[in-house]
Amino acid sequence: MTPVLEAKNLKRDYHIPGSLMKPAKTVHAVKGVSFTVEEGKTLAIVGESGCGKSTLARMVTMIDPITEGEMLIDGRKVDIASEPLTSEMRSKVQIVFQNPYGSLNPRKKIGDILTEPLVINTKVPAGERRDRAMAMLKKVGLEEKHYGRYPHMFSGGQRQRVAIARALMLNPRLLVLDEPVSALDLSVQAQVLNLLADLQDEFRLTYVFISHDLSVVRHIADDVMVMYFGEAVEYGSRDQVFDDPQHSYTKTLFAATPRVDIDAIRARVERRKRVA
Amino acid sequence: MSAVSNTTEAKTGGTPPSGLSEFWFYFSRNKGAVIGLFIFLVILVVAVFAPFVAPHNPSVQNRELLLLPPLFQEGGTWGHILGTDAVGRDILSRLIYGARFSLFIGLVVVTLSVVSGVLIGLVAGYFRGKVDTFIMRIMDIILAFPSLLLALVLVAVLGPGLLNAMIAISLVNQPHFVRLTRAAVMAEKSKDYVVGSKVAGAGTLRLMFLTILPNCLAPLIVQATLAFSSAILDAAALGFLGMGAQPPTPEWGTMLAEAREFIQRAWWVVTFPGLAILITVLAINLMGDGLRDALDPKLKRS
Amino acid sequence: MSLLEIKNLTVEFQTASGPFRAVDGVSLKVDEGEVLAIVGESGSGKSVSMLAAMGLLPWTAKVTADVLTFNGRDMQSMSDAERRKIIGREIAMIFQEPIASLNPCFTVGYQIEEVLRIHTDLSRKARRDRAIELFQSVGIPNPEERLGHYPHQMSGGQCQRVMIATALACNPKLLIADEPTTALDVTIQKQILDLLMKLQAEHGMGLIIITHDMGVVAETADRVIVQYKGRQIEQADVLSLFSAPKSVYTKALLSALPENATGGRLPTITEKLTDAEIFAGAVR
Repeated sequence: MTPVLEAKNLKRDYHIPGSLMKPAKTVHAVKGVSFTVEEGKTLAIVGESGCGKSTLARMVTMIDPITEGEMLIDGRKVDIASEPLTSEMRSKVQIVFQNPYGSLNPRKKIGDILTEPLVINTKVPAGERRDRAMAMLKKVGLEEKHYGRYPHMFSGGQRQRVAIARALMLNPRLLVLDEPVSALDLSVQAQVLNLLADLQDEFRLTYVFISHDLSVVRHIADDVMVMYFGEAVEYGSRDQVFDDPQHSYTKTLFAATPRVDIDAIRARVERRKRVA
Repeated sequence: MSAVSNTTEAKTGGTPPSGLSEFWFYFSRNKGAVIGLFIFLVILVVAVFAPFVAPHNPSVQNRELLLLPPLFQEGGTWGHILGTDAVGRDILSRLIYGARFSLFIGLVVVTLSVVSGVLIGLVAGYFRGKVDTFIMRIMDIILAFPSLLLALVLVAVLGPGLLNAMIAISLVNQPHFVRLTRAAVMAEKSKDYVVGSKVAGAGTLRLMFLTILPNCLAPLIVQATLAFSSAILDAAALGFLGMGAQPPTPEWGTMLAEAREFIQRAWWVVTFPGLAILITVLAINLMGDGLRDALDPKLKRS
Repeated sequence: MSLLEIKNLTVEFQTASGPFRAVDGVSLKVDEGEVLAIVGESGSGKSVSMLAAMGLLPWTAKVTADVLTFNGRDMQSMSDAERRKIIGREIAMIFQEPIASLNPCFTVGYQIEEVLRIHTDLSRKARRDRAIELFQSVGIPNPEERLGHYPHQMSGGQCQRVMIATALACNPKLLIADEPTTALDVTIQKQILDLLMKLQAEHGMGLIIITHDMGVVAETADRVIVQYKGRQIEQADVLSLFSAPKSVYTKALLSALPENATGGRLPTITEKLTDAEIFAGAVR
């Protein structure tokens, strides 16, 4: 079976034009990253700010061109630098952003936000567009009465549901989730993670899940890739990476993650008592 | 901390206020703005219904009543509340008809400069690069001239008259809209919802006009009201200099110019058109301040 | 005697949709050398309650409290001038956005020396030495050189260290940290939390950490207050809160942690709870 997404040695450089005071320079944001994601699986990309994970997301979503390397979606090569995207390819990959307050057009009603992808890419008549949007609203746990409302009338979690619904309107194969729950409260985060899991099962969706939160990654991922300064320093199945991290950076990352288990807290409290 | 943010999403207690009522809430907090709005509405009604409101025909000359003082001064009559001018025309009626011109000028100038300014600014802010540099340098050049002087030169080239004055003022006003639009577009363009729309396949025109532009409107509306008042002011100045509306048009600036020589003998001929300009411009500016408070999210306490 | 004591604090804001009660009947005590975490989701009023206690809210907020004392002195009857003397010297605060909390127009050295100038009688030379000493204590390498840097030349973690150094400049008795690590990466968060805990132990000061992150609570707190929509839901020491939460809300919250997940889906109990049920389950 061909994997939904296959990336071979992806690279992305940014050219910063020089000015009077400083010479032009090239920033290597992603330095040759390879991975594959099978249908219905979740690949989590973990890293801290500036590690190139968002740049990678923009390449996979075909927003930014690839500087070097090869990307295949459903076995077909994609290169937006040399040829324009067909709406068929466009529909295959959609994205959900971190900040639910910035990712929905504040001047548009939810209904218009959801039907926009259909208006642009398909010839579906207005009535059916509306029906599909309504159905999708219910699928992501919202109600039909929300169709005519504006984004500012919703909470962060509800907006994120709308953003997920919009991404699914074109029946994509691959969903890039760029820190989709980082801006949400704990209880809402759980709801959205559950929703994502349900949708994955129902539509056989493939996820590229970008996150800095290891506990979320451990919960949702099948495979994990750890990025550090544009390189993939660790790549393997979830259990492999979490149980037996190889790279020193991965180990640092795990050590830095706060632990909420009772033994760890008890140990800390006792340590504190001894010092006091 | 947002007052309406809810923790648990399933329970959205109480609908948040609708756009209009929220707008009015912030607008009405500014008392000056409400007063401005009221005065502006009065002027608008008076201008629209000028033939019914004005006691006399603005261009009929009454040779028997030259430079009649206003009602409250000795010798004034109820027939001419604000007195008459040097050729015996009723000043109040002329002011009422003049309001039509002033509002018309404001409307045309704002429409012209907003439409052209927004289009150019949108192109500059969206495409950036060389196009942007080219457009902005031209705008810088226009802005480098004293605005009234530039308008004067343009009118001198095009020939005096109300229409040409309006075109000239629009051209002078337009760079402000270009700059404002460009800045707003640049700020909006990098936002996630625009990228999201792009991922959904939206083309350039759709992104520019349907996605980005509606989100840049708030500062433009504020600037448009302020431009409205400055257009009235500029038109009056051009009229005063004899380059705008030509006599006997009852345009306020032109009225001022005609009355210049009577400033010693009959103060009312000069004062009332001046007051009319002052009050209108002040009202619109106050209103603009209120609009800014209500529409600018940066000033809004959340 | 507690360092900070608050009883029945209430804060109301006037908004477009009428008066909004952001904090409703919050009571707390912090002792010297104690770390108190106030945890809650957005809209729980955790930051507002602390800002209100410090008198740092805008005039639109109406603040009332039965008791509001710091070190035995009543903060409500105090004049603004007196309160200003206490805040910054005896109570210090650090905020979520370290880069935004520093003035971009001045060097970090100028800003820390400014605080020393206002609150102490040190000479210019002594202020500089103290600034260097403070930078060393918060683990900023090359303090002499770093003093001359502007905020934009430093990373978020470094800026937060500067903020901590500035907060500690006058040896405060109480430090309030409002989401101190939310804007930072995990590895930097670890460093900053370790630093805060080390400094807290060294100075024996009271520390209030306001956070939404259960991980931060677990790593730092002695005692925890859980807030929801402006009200206190539970107050407990950290170990009993995590091992045996009493209120329904805290239980629901802890079960939603991905770390505690047992199956493929996370329990979302809070979704089914109404506000009334949450408030009824509150354990003071």
